[in-house]
Amino acid sequence: MTIAVIDYGMGNLHSVAKALEHVTHEHVVITRDPRRIQGATRLVLPGQGAIRDCMGELEKTELRGLVQELLAKQSKPLLGICVGQQMLLDHSEESGGIPCLGFLAGEVKRFPTDMVDDREQRLKVPHMGWNLVYQHHAHPLWNGIDQNEHFYFVHSYYVAASEDACVFGTTRYGRVDAHVAIGRDATFAVQFHPEKSSRAGLRLLENFVTWSP
Amino acid sequence: MGLAKRIIPCLDVDAGRVVKGVNFIGIRDAGDPVEIAQRYNLQGADEITFLDITASHEDRDTTVEMVERIAGEVFIPLTVGGGIRTCDDIRTMLNAGADKVSINTAAVNNPDFVREAAERFGSQCIVVAIDAKRVSAEGESPRWEIFTHGGRRPTGLDAVEWAKKMVAYGAGELLLTSMDRDGTKAGFDLGVTRAISDAVTVPVIASGGVGNLDHLVEGVLEGGADAVLAASIFHFSEYTIPEAKRYMAERGIEMRLSQGQGE
Repeated sequence: MTIAVIDYGMGNLHSVAKALEHVTHEHVVITRDPRRIQGATRLVLPGQGAIRDCMGELEKTELRGLVQELLAKQSKPLLGICVGQQMLLDHSEESGGIPCLGFLAGEVKRFPTDMVDDREQRLKVPHMGWNLVYQHHAHPLWNGIDQNEHFYFVHSYYVAASEDACVFGTTRYGRVDAHVAIGRDATFAVQFHPEKSSRAGLRLLENFVTWSP
Repeated sequence: MGLAKRIIPCLDVDAGRVVKGVNFIGIRDAGDPVEIAQRYNLQGADEITFLDITASHEDRDTTVEMVERIAGEVFIPLTVGGGIRTCDDIRTMLNAGADKVSINTAAVNNPDFVREAAERFGSQCIVVAIDAKRVSAEGESPRWEIFTHGGRRPTGLDAVEWAKKMVAYGAGELLLTSMDRDGTKAGFDLGVTRAISDAVTVPVIASGGVGNLDHLVEGVLEGGADAVLAASIFHFSEYTIPEAKRYMAERGIEMRLSQGQGE
């Protein structure tokens, strides 16, 4: 029983590994070894920074093919986090347009910079901090988590999925309803950082490590 | 309902101990950072900032160990600042479990360091700390300058221009401290907070001078801050974090009122 955090060179994977270790006795490894990834019982696909770099590194480490194969098979649970969520879509408009993994239909878009709050204060981009997540559809990963619970976000781009059935959570920022939790079959992916979202985030990770889709 | 304003308790740490008057008796050796971080997390702090004021190089290992211990227990964002001068320093802190690093003097000495750090690690983990002091005379239009060395050394840099430059170089967030107000308990310098918050697109954390809960409210409503940082009002237990959050929420500010991890 091993949970593999896929390390393709983008971002700080220690936080997510530590948070997983906090909620499970299963073995957590940070790895880019295809055999270990294939042998794991569960996978976490993180991602940080620019999606162009993330897709580029996935290509360079020769993990893209494997990740795509695993997504096609859906034989074990996979949790995407942040850019790891965004990469599951068809396409991102970041850096002039980047084709992504195409597991779910939809696009990754930039927050408009002209948004204001109800006090007419300009909304900052990145969307950074704690915001409410509305559970759009029920899902085992929401077990024990309140409707409209706060989760921690840091991002300038957001997911707009095409199929409503794939959208499990939304978050309102300005006039945008971002699709912050999406999924299909054994895959679930979130824009927020469960590993930094205190009690609710740890609960989501705990739900993931016990999930049998 | 939407994005909450954040309350960030700050731990000033020297050689592995929180030093900024955590109890009434001793100024030095006032508490274990891990215990204090856990306490704030239980109270529902939105983030924790760990400021390493350690002077000697040997104590750096202690700091790394502290960051590792906090990051293994406290699952909210953790920013580490103090003595971050190279990309290796950043990597060490991120590997220890920090989510963001705060760069201060090194940015003034070499602005390109901020650019390099943002390219290498992503803007989301680069906070630039700005220590500003008012330099305009009474009656003049207000102007603030960047100071280093705890407010003793002027740099000639205009604070608002500097803030814009740092964001252009890739800072993902700004930690703004008023050197005139720091330690005074007279409230934030709302003028510079508002000027910088209006001038940049990234979140601004207001710091320096918090003495009561109205100061936190003003920082957000008048200063336009996205987050407020305070040390002594929480360390001395003058106010708890839930009390501060309720107070701010009652004044119409969006806050995350749910409790932390341990509830």
